[in-house]
Amino acid sequence: MELTLAIAIGVLTGSGVWLVLRPRTYQLVIGLSLLSYAVNLFIFSMGRLRVGAAPLLGADGTGNPSNYADPVPQALVLTAIVIGFATTALLLVVLLVSRGLTGSDHVDGRESR
Amino acid sequence: MDWTQHLLVVPILLPLVTGAALLLVDETRHTLKATVSLASMLLLLGVAMKLMGMADGAPGGSGALSSSYAVANWPAPFAIVLVLDRLSALMLALAAVIALASLVFSLARWHRAGPHFHTLFQLLLMGLGGAFLTGDLFNLFVFFEVTLAASYGLLLHGSGVFRVRSGLHYISINLAASLLFLIGVSLIYGVTGTLNMADLAARLPAIPAEDRMLLQAGAAVLGIAFLVKAAMWPLGFWLPSAYMAAAAPIAAIFVVLTKVGVYALLRLSLLLFGSPAGELTGFGGTALLWGGIATLVFATSGVLASQAMGRLAGYSVLISSGTLLAAVGMGDATVVSGALFYLVSSTISTAAFFMLIELVERAREPGADLLAVTLEAYGEEGDGAKEHEDEEVGAAMPGALAVLGICFGCIALLLAGLPPLSGFIAKFAMLTGMLNLDGLGAPSEIPVRTWLLVALVILSGLAALVAMMRTGIRTFWAPLESIVPRVLVVEVAPILALLALCLAMTVGGGAMISYTDAAARSLHDPASYIQGVLGTGMTGSNVR
Repeated sequence: MELTLAIAIGVLTGSGVWLVLRPRTYQLVIGLSLLSYAVNLFIFSMGRLRVGAAPLLGADGTGNPSNYADPVPQALVLTAIVIGFATTALLLVVLLVSRGLTGSDHVDGRESR
Repeated sequence: MDWTQHLLVVPILLPLVTGAALLLVDETRHTLKATVSLASMLLLLGVAMKLMGMADGAPGGSGALSSSYAVANWPAPFAIVLVLDRLSALMLALAAVIALASLVFSLARWHRAGPHFHTLFQLLLMGLGGAFLTGDLFNLFVFFEVTLAASYGLLLHGSGVFRVRSGLHYISINLAASLLFLIGVSLIYGVTGTLNMADLAARLPAIPAEDRMLLQAGAAVLGIAFLVKAAMWPLGFWLPSAYMAAAAPIAAIFVVLTKVGVYALLRLSLLLFGSPAGELTGFGGTALLWGGIATLVFATSGVLASQAMGRLAGYSVLISSGTLLAAVGMGDATVVSGALFYLVSSTISTAAFFMLIELVERAREPGADLLAVTLEAYGEEGDGAKEHEDEEVGAAMPGALAVLGICFGCIALLLAGLPPLSGFIAKFAMLTGMLNLDGLGAPSEIPVRTWLLVALVILSGLAALVAMMRTGIRTFWAPLESIVPRVLVVEVAPILALLALCLAMTVGGGAMISYTDAAARSLHDPASYIQGVLGTGMTGSNVR
């Protein structure tokens, strides 16, 4: 499971970085989205990977502290998703405005010669 | 619990509530919106001053932390805390002062230039307040994002092709930096299992050796995220054009935004990698020092090469960032104290400069900058122009131009760090610390990099002076036909107020230096911070 997750994060990051460095605004948005997926998975993995573990102790205070899923990274991922979603939406609007004002989808507003 | 303790949460809640309430008011009711916004800002400034007083009057000697506030009354390491010490109180007051000045400036024209100006402005302040007060790493991220989201909107305020284009660059770079921020925070969490800054600092010395590399990687990635915000070379190329594109009052408040990055670096590097951190002591200091030096070199040449005034101001922000980063990298308490003074002085002067530029540029024809520099480069001072200038000698300088000219001169003195104003005291305090002049008579070895930094700090001042003089002569003395700009009192007043503040800092330099000294000393004493946060969290708030 660790290997799968690591490869997934790596592929997402690699594609994201490549797309962010491309000159089209659409590629930029997709690249940033892929990067934020990679980062979200990364945050999640920082709470250690566990299968079938409870996030909290039982109601009677019982539970095995050595086998429990850390809830903090999950909360962090949730916050990061919300913030990333909002800022990406904002970037999309700016992208459309830029396309409308400059008539080009190049990040500099004009084609490079 | 004393009621004044609750003041800690006011700098976050007050702008949030005001900003949200202003959303409900119709866009056409400018006067009402401006009044509410201004009232809230004045209140915020009052609270910031009170907090500064609280921080300075901290019980238990000069090194102790003044107070921490457990939000929702959960004990410290498990929930979010707000922490007030001298540094955060100083930054808060600085942000409030600059914000008030820009808000007053914007009342002349800019606040009507687009929707939701006041709401965005208030939310920006909420983010700033939160970032300065929070004692939690992830919470710092959230407030950074609040600040940035509001700044995206403000940068685009007034619209136009130039703003949208530089806004696109600004947003993309900051989104990428935010992702780095998250990676850094999660790496640190993965190693230490905590996000509370005090708890983190307490746990660092006990980190096993095999995990140390991961922690260093996390701290470095986090540092890069802050450095993008503080615009260290080579991460700061976005800054001059973004700040130039922003409307004047917004560029003025953006000057504080770069200082948030510097603040975070200062706070975290001294807290986490201060003296008791064992093997990790001083981590990243060298990188900051050399990065600051590189930024200074880049910004100095940028200042000299700038043709437009907005760009000149943008590079002045970079000079200020470079100086501060290098000073943080030195990690010495005396240098940091001088750097804090410099931070306040340079932030106020560049903010005033951004506002002044708009007023001055009203007096100039578009393209005048380019023409002036071209003339200078080719030496084409025609005889006709000279004759024309002769005729103008003796004509009374128009009132508005005189005021603007005096302001311009004061800002040039502040940026260059020449004697009568606070820029000089700031640089003097920093250089004293760098050359270790406190221990006169005991000459110690001063490394080459320190000499390099000292030379660069002075050279950057000289470059700022040269550039400002060239611009000033072209603007105020040389124009062939002088257009008297229509300047409103409400626009000049904030600039004059900011400059008066710099004057007050010069006159009251002793009091200010003793404040920054105490702030720097407590920054270099992480143990008191840790004790302050974890101690009060465990006992104080649980009494009830």
